[in-house]
Amino acid sequence: MRIELVKRPQHSILFSALSPVVALILTLLFGLVLFALLGRNPVTAMYIYFVSPLTEVWQIHELAVKAAPLILIAVGLSVCYRSNNWNIGAEGQLVAGALAGSILPVMFPDFQNFMLLPLMMIMGMIGGALYAGIPAILKVRFNTNEILSSLMLVYVANLFLDWMVRGPWRDPNGHNFPQTIQFSDAATLPAIFPASGRASWDFVFALVAALVIWFMMEKTLKGFEVRVMGQSPRAGRFAGFSSGRIVIFSFVVSGALAGLAGIATVSANINQLQPVISPGYGFTAIIVAFLGRLNPLGIVVAGLVLALSYLGGEAAQTAIGISDKTASVFQGMLLFFVLASDTLIYYRIRIVRSRERAGEVVHGHS
Amino acid sequence: MKKLLLALTAATALVAATNAQAADKFKACWVYVGAIGDFGYSFQHNQGRLAVEKAFGDKVETTYLENVSEGPDAERAFERLAREGCKLVFGTSFGFMDPEYKVAKRFPKVLFEHATGFKTAKNMGVYNLRWYEGRYVMGQIAAKVSKSHIGGYIVSFPIPEVLMDINAFVLGAHSVDPNFKLKIVWVNSWFDPGKEADAAKALIDQGADVLGQHTDSTAAMQVAETRGVHAFGQASDMIKFGPHAQLTALVDNWAPYYVSRVKAAMDGTWKPDNVWLGIKDDHAVELAPFTNMSDDVKAMAEATEKKIAGGWNPFTGPINKQDGTPWLKDGEVAKDSVLLGMNFYVQGVEGALPK
Repeated sequence: MRIELVKRPQHSILFSALSPVVALILTLLFGLVLFALLGRNPVTAMYIYFVSPLTEVWQIHELAVKAAPLILIAVGLSVCYRSNNWNIGAEGQLVAGALAGSILPVMFPDFQNFMLLPLMMIMGMIGGALYAGIPAILKVRFNTNEILSSLMLVYVANLFLDWMVRGPWRDPNGHNFPQTIQFSDAATLPAIFPASGRASWDFVFALVAALVIWFMMEKTLKGFEVRVMGQSPRAGRFAGFSSGRIVIFSFVVSGALAGLAGIATVSANINQLQPVISPGYGFTAIIVAFLGRLNPLGIVVAGLVLALSYLGGEAAQTAIGISDKTASVFQGMLLFFVLASDTLIYYRIRIVRSRERAGEVVHGHS
Repeated sequence: MKKLLLALTAATALVAATNAQAADKFKACWVYVGAIGDFGYSFQHNQGRLAVEKAFGDKVETTYLENVSEGPDAERAFERLAREGCKLVFGTSFGFMDPEYKVAKRFPKVLFEHATGFKTAKNMGVYNLRWYEGRYVMGQIAAKVSKSHIGGYIVSFPIPEVLMDINAFVLGAHSVDPNFKLKIVWVNSWFDPGKEADAAKALIDQGADVLGQHTDSTAAMQVAETRGVHAFGQASDMIKFGPHAQLTALVDNWAPYYVSRVKAAMDGTWKPDNVWLGIKDDHAVELAPFTNMSDDVKAMAEATEKKIAGGWNPFTGPINKQDGTPWLKDGEVAKDSVLLGMNFYVQGVEGALPK
């Protein structure tokens, strides 16, 4: 007896919807085993991990703080990925956005009025978009591999930020430490409900971005163009769509959103530039984008789930003393099971007894 | 479903019970920037935490968060600890200063301590170590032990703490051998075993036969061991990684300070401090046993250590800046405020400061 994967004639709508649920259940089951192996009561551990962060108002705020940049970036990435453009460099675009958005509060600290925050956000978006434009233009003009060029530009951006905060933008009164001056209150993105926690307007930006991108992808010609060029560039060309324009468009959109995430998180949570401004949001957002099935609304849910896994990881560290690596293991398992469950959309499982012939058999999946 | 609900209720009760139990103990908490298994900086802070547990037994409860990055996540780490009943929280990295300060303002009843920073509040003190004292001793040992008169030094970032230590190392070395040269490699990271090992190999290839480091991994020590040269350990005693290489190590001995601060907080006598601890303060800056050197070198090192413990400052004039302009007059001692903002090399250090 053996188990085979048989290609479905059409992809299964049922499993498209079920796959993330199957993945989540499998992750939880393996999580229980993991905690049991670590010698902790698995039910208590699960409760602390996945429920306790939702029982207190401040933690819900923290959930929004953590999820906002992930959602913003992942929504942008979904446009790229659905048009078959592999932007891996959102982390660098985030940094570029943070730098561009910080020009006003760092170089013109006396410029303080109601225009400041909107200008900072817009400059952040422009910074991210321009920076994402580099791999896009390289791809269109020279057919460069955008996976490599966008990824390598992450290191360039990080080193540039490092140089800026140690060099030209260093706070002259900061004891020579690598950081810029503190942003003024006028340059600080305010909390939505300051009385109960620090969740700030970037979470609202994230929700709006998700809605706008969802509308664009599903209801407009541009969205259709993006999807067609992603699925079949040849068919798209017959329809008169330009592949170069789509490459630029999708990179610019995702770069702008990553840049917005960068300046928003700096303005709301850090209040200055320093050598490290992101705990890898740009990379984690790739997981979020796929977990949300490249659908902006799914990405909102996925961003919250992933943020929960970070918060739960910290709660589990302090409450039952398990290593911070557990959170990474959980995220890894979740992504692994999502990709594995996705197999069921295109393939069905068939159990073959003895030497029956198996029709069209595909081992593994492409 | 019913069973699950039951289990969840039980779990809630359990969590509530542990919280209640914790209430009568004094809870002290730590936030680490690295992993406690790094055998360096965070490892040593965690040794301090374990010393607190040992000193007060079941009167205290401790907890920690490790690998907390110095960005938007740091504030949440402090907020969590403050809300989970910690009465005294130690933030152990410079980059935690502003997030910790913000949380301290929000939780006036929780006491905070921040390592290596400069912002204080009614409920937030700062503490730091005078690592440069140990570096001076190391410089002297290096100059005595080196046969090539060339030392190698692997460093992270040009912040005051690091420059202070380079200067002290070179001042120490030149006090015994004016021809001693120190080659410096910047790896732009606090913890990057790969880069640190590469830097160590490059320095040895350039003739260095004594290595020092202001980065946290044990990589350079291991390279020194295999290449048969000497090295100084950093943050913790790295003798296990270089049994034939290590001359001594600059050990961060936070334990006595942590024990005294937890005690003060328990007794209600805690006040925000701004301390800069050195060899004389219960060996907060500790030199690991002097090994792999002759007895006269060891005697010299011990004498210098004693002199510093007696209150002598390695930054005592006359000392010129690198370009020859006078900095400290004969007998003049550097002010702490100048040291803490140090942004220049002293005379004798070669190479330009990275911009």
